[in-house]
Amino acid sequence: MSDAARSISAAKPRRAGSAMTWLWVLGLVLAIALPWFFYDLAKARHSGFMVSMFSQAGMMIIFALSYNMLMGQAGLLSFCHAVFFGFGGYVCIHALTGASNGAFPVPMEVMPLFGGLAGMALAIVFGFMATKQRATAFAMITLGIGELMATAALMFHHFFGGEGGITSDRMIDRSLFGLSYGQSIEVYYLIVFWTMLSVIGMFFLTQTPLGRMANACRDNFERAQFVGYDPKIVRFIQFSLSGLFAGIGGALYAISYEIVTFDSMAGPLSANALLMAYIGGSTVFAGPILGAVLITLLQSGVSLLSNSWLVYVGVLFITMVTFVPEGIAGIIMSHGPIRKAGKLGRLAVPYVRILVPGLIMVLGFVCLVELVSFQTIGAAQGKKLVLFGNPIDIASNIPWAIAIGGLIIGGIWLRFEAVAFGRVWDEITAELKRVEART
Amino acid sequence: MEIILVSLLNGLVYGMLLFMLASGLTLIFSMMGVLNFAHASIYMIGAYLAFEISRSVGFLPALILAPILCGAIGAAIEIWGLRRVHHNGHIAELLFTFGLVFIIQRGVQMIWGMLPMPYRVPPSLDFPLFTLYGANFPAYRGFMLLISAAMLLAIWLLLKKTRVGLIIQAALTHPNMVSSLGHNVPMVFTGVFAGGCALAGLAGVIGGNYLTTESSMADAMGPIVFVVVVFGGLGSLAGCFIASIIMGMIQTFAVVFDYTIADMFSPFFKIPEMDTLLGEILTVPMSRIGPLLPYAMMILILLIRPRGLLGTRDT
Amino acid sequence: MLKRLLSVISLVLAACLGQAQAADETIKIGYVDPLSGTFAQQGDASLKHFAYLFDRINAEGGALGKKFEIVPYDSKLQPAEALIALKSITDQNIPFIMHCAGSNVAAALIDGVSKHNARNPTNRVIYLNCGALASDLTNEQCDFWHFRFDANTGMRAETLVRGLPQTLQSVYLVNQDYLFGQTLQKETKLYLGKLRPDIKIVGEELIPLGRVKDFSPYITKVKASGAQVLITGNWGPDLNLMMKASVEAGLDLAYYTYLAHVVGGPTSVGAMGENRLFTVTEFHPNVPSEQKSAEGEAFVANWRKSHDFDLFQMNNYALLKMLAAAINQAGSTDALKVALALEGQTVKDMMGHNYIMRKEDHQMLEPLYAAQFVKDVKYDSEKTGFGWKTVTAVEAENLAQPTVCKMKRPAS
Repeated sequence: MSDAARSISAAKPRRAGSAMTWLWVLGLVLAIALPWFFYDLAKARHSGFMVSMFSQAGMMIIFALSYNMLMGQAGLLSFCHAVFFGFGGYVCIHALTGASNGAFPVPMEVMPLFGGLAGMALAIVFGFMATKQRATAFAMITLGIGELMATAALMFHHFFGGEGGITSDRMIDRSLFGLSYGQSIEVYYLIVFWTMLSVIGMFFLTQTPLGRMANACRDNFERAQFVGYDPKIVRFIQFSLSGLFAGIGGALYAISYEIVTFDSMAGPLSANALLMAYIGGSTVFAGPILGAVLITLLQSGVSLLSNSWLVYVGVLFITMVTFVPEGIAGIIMSHGPIRKAGKLGRLAVPYVRILVPGLIMVLGFVCLVELVSFQTIGAAQGKKLVLFGNPIDIASNIPWAIAIGGLIIGGIWLRFEAVAFGRVWDEITAELKRVEART
Repeated sequence: MEIILVSLLNGLVYGMLLFMLASGLTLIFSMMGVLNFAHASIYMIGAYLAFEISRSVGFLPALILAPILCGAIGAAIEIWGLRRVHHNGHIAELLFTFGLVFIIQRGVQMIWGMLPMPYRVPPSLDFPLFTLYGANFPAYRGFMLLISAAMLLAIWLLLKKTRVGLIIQAALTHPNMVSSLGHNVPMVFTGVFAGGCALAGLAGVIGGNYLTTESSMADAMGPIVFVVVVFGGLGSLAGCFIASIIMGMIQTFAVVFDYTIADMFSPFFKIPEMDTLLGEILTVPMSRIGPLLPYAMMILILLIRPRGLLGTRDT
Repeated sequence: MLKRLLSVISLVLAACLGQAQAADETIKIGYVDPLSGTFAQQGDASLKHFAYLFDRINAEGGALGKKFEIVPYDSKLQPAEALIALKSITDQNIPFIMHCAGSNVAAALIDGVSKHNARNPTNRVIYLNCGALASDLTNEQCDFWHFRFDANTGMRAETLVRGLPQTLQSVYLVNQDYLFGQTLQKETKLYLGKLRPDIKIVGEELIPLGRVKDFSPYITKVKASGAQVLITGNWGPDLNLMMKASVEAGLDLAYYTYLAHVVGGPTSVGAMGENRLFTVTEFHPNVPSEQKSAEGEAFVANWRKSHDFDLFQMNNYALLKMLAAAINQAGSTDALKVALALEGQTVKDMMGHNYIMRKEDHQMLEPLYAAQFVKDVKYDSEKTGFGWKTVTAVEAENLAQPTVCKMKRPAS
């Protein structure tokens, strides 16, 4: 299916009770239940690390989805999206201080809305300039805006606090439910609530004429003009609304960490949004959700295990960009018609056949990177290379042979299996086309 | 007067350094439309390779070999990487080069370690060329000016006066026609990408010992080069050159002149000392925001004239 | 690294199965710093120092009969990551979190630790600050659970000013435009005014951090001002490029810096810095030989066998020694008991110098050395052929500076 057709089909209205709705409900239930899987009965508390990571994932889901409003839905590549996230955070943290000393008596549950409004206000100001252009010019303008704002955040101390940032206390004693928000689990559920609201909001937007026209402007802006809408206005509104949701994410960041610094506005965070949206799949609405979860796990989880995690991010990126440009969600969605035709079972064995060599190749690669990294950097840092309790001696040839062998053998074997898999896939798609043509 | 002359000279040198870096990127960006985020990373590789070669053989061999090696690396990236990603669109190419940045940085850290390399100006070029108002002008800067001018001349000659250059220009706007005429268009693109990377490598050879050689040098140079290319306009080498010089001059003069917004108003009315955000904005001196001016200028020109200064292609 | 795989898996399993973790035979210290990306160099250098220092402390007996163990986390120089690391550290009931690089991370940690301890009184943690130098952290922002084990900007400024030559008449100040650089600029001016009112400050400049590639215009200004000495807190490329520009222009200046001794500094400066370059450091390789301490020299010589860069973080040795003493005194690793025992602790290094942890603001007083970059020294730096020679040494007791800290002490 072409990109355009795919995205339209992904945005089709869900009939009540259809499988997709149940999937969303299941996701929500999972999100609510998740911290309890990591509950330490002996110490009678949640794993703080896991709850923090899930909270981070929640914020990033909102952030990545709002970024996809621009990239996937409107075809706008933005390099300054973190500016709205960070600005929403700064406004929210000042609002928290205001709530504590009585100047801004708003309950905690409503706080993120004000971060969102701040993000939207800034997006309106910048969007007015940036959306006059499209494509590369737009991208470059946003690059400039991003750099300017990140440096301004370091220069102007009153609002941005320099590199120490602004801190506040989230226990403001104002809550609609009487919660103190002292424990991170309470903040987690606040985040779940607002993530749900934002997801519903952004999904709703894709169903509106604005959402559809944004798609149209992305696909063919000249033709969209003929329909009667000015692409500049469409881009402007879409940009402003994406700033609204980014600001909500930023406000949740402020509430969760109680500190906002300049790096919540900086380039690397905008780049993160791009990564998450693309890897998850920018053509499917739920794609960035998957991407956000995966990248958060990589950044906060894998980095615990390895200081070469950036290499893995880079390689993952390159692999996705070369072989899977539609993202993880895109791949999953492309199985849709096959599942409907009941032919999914035929892919089971081919999948196993590519999974095994794929796994060997990945493990070989990881081992090789870790061995090299340990030899050149880690050893001098006093670390020890241990796998499942067995210390690994890098001087001997065996670990190297295993790593390189796994990489090469896995790679060659994978190529064979991938070709075979491709054949099976093509067969099935051809069959489906024949069935379609007949009916 | 003295300040203006000295600053003009300094601005020129800095501008030429920017041009060295940006020329390769403008070739790639203009010709192939690829936003090559890894351009500064190739610059870094060029510097490290030059360090190694000049350490074992000498500076002159490094000047020749390092760019060739970088060109080879560029060709490899294009053949085995970019070519496959090409049909997935511009965003995919951009993201591909983005992923390369991380890998190259960690690779450099693993091969050469995290400390800066003692890559120094060769002793044969380490003397003062002349003295201007009591301050020395080092010969190495003169050498830099020479090399960048030679670069400019060589690229211009190649593009405008040789057959290869004509083919490249044609392939830019009419790739299918050029292909039908029997030219190997993919090879042309590989050649252009490799050429751009070779130029980045050459900039690395020269810049590595003029500035510093360490694993964060790519991050430092990356953004400003994009600004120069976009400001100058796509498809125009002359635009790139002019933009580099302008950016160099602006950043140099901004440092020298310490005016603030409040100073601008001071002949008319005195702005009171305010300990607020507004007060801060009004009293920031020009020298502190100098390096930000290129970004502001880029935004301005994209708003007014999206093709950039002398661009021939719509960005 | 792969060891972390084991402990993370066991952590998750233990959490799922609700079983208590096996009693550890070591005292763990969580360490958070940038270990990947652009700033990995700082974390890398500190980690290598700690590997050496931990071995030494454990050889000296550790604490309560147990050895110390470092548990590194990658902060990526981002506060959010550091706070997540803090959560992981407190999950494992590790009572110590150590951090050296990044004032944005330090601000987040000092606040995060304070709030965590207030909200989770049964699982408290002490923040051992091994390198964030902004003086606010032991003044306006001081906190009971925060202990700083490195001389702050004020102490360094005082030492630098004391090290200035008597004949000096004019100085130019250049610093980086962020909290650390701005603080240094302020404190330098303060101590110049207090200790050397005869010196004229003929110019001052704040440059954007890491963005200036061509320092010639700044050098032009310095030259026009007629200054004899440039005082700067610049580090990395900002220091190196500035010196290059100045030397190439033929300016005959002396550079009094705060950070030229940090890893990579001597390499970048090289011959350019001979006799011109000065720094203020906690320690340099020639200190033991200058003070005729055989034990100290052996300590340095041993380091040089396997490291290409200088051992200068003697403050971290004092950190570990103080921590061990405090744990022994408290008889446990409980955060409150150890914190109370840390206050007022005094330890000595191999040369016999005192290191004192002040009770009123939790700032450690340590000896500082103003040193010159010269050729004829016993131990050179980073194989450049040049090394540091002490010009002025200031003892810990003489670096006691006033503080505005009003610490809130916990009830229990």
